[in-house]
Amino acid sequence: MTVALNVASVLLLAIGVTFLAGGTVGLVRLPDLFARAHATSKCDTVGAGSILLALALQDGAGVGDVKLALLALLVVVSGPTTAHALARAAHRTGRVAWRRDDPGSVGARGSTAPRSRP
Amino acid sequence: MTTALWATATALLVMAFACLWRADAGPTLQDRILAVNVVGTKTLIVLALLARIAGHDFLLDVALVYGLLNFVVTIAASRFVETGRLRSETPR
Repeated sequence: MTVALNVASVLLLAIGVTFLAGGTVGLVRLPDLFARAHATSKCDTVGAGSILLALALQDGAGVGDVKLALLALLVVVSGPTTAHALARAAHRTGRVAWRRDDPGSVGARGSTAPRSRP
Repeated sequence: MTTALWATATALLVMAFACLWRADAGPTLQDRILAVNVVGTKTLIVLALLARIAGHDFLLDVALVYGLLNFVVTIAASRFVETGRLRSETPR
């Protein structure tokens, strides 16, 4: 039983690290705030939730499990909320979503200069 | 088992530094706020991992407070960027 719980825990840790790595790659590589918020909110929610679940599976039940559940609830509620607030702030202050045919709006450093339209 | 927890914490630290690059390079203020929020989430998970590694349950309380502060700071900063003020627009 303990071995099965440990295997499930390590598996959940691996899943969480994979999702968090995906969110980090999205934050670093994607061209726009909306795309970055889209990537990080979902990937961070799933990754953090599975890592906290993996921690709760270890060492039996206790007071720490309640706190881990509260942490998971906080992450699940706050991640999408902050992403929504940031995207709404960017939208209302006039930012336009990146499009493939508009290279002038690429958000990376050094590539913000608008090229000449054909 | 402790090795897996250490490996997870180390990977999260490396990812946090990658997010810190975005907080430095991000062209707009919202990008920086988003990057700092992601770093805060990773710090929360690292604190929970350290609580399990070292056996100190009070680090879970620290992680809870850290997560709540991270949430409030991000909401307040995005509202301030959006409206230029922290209070609500509607009259009381």
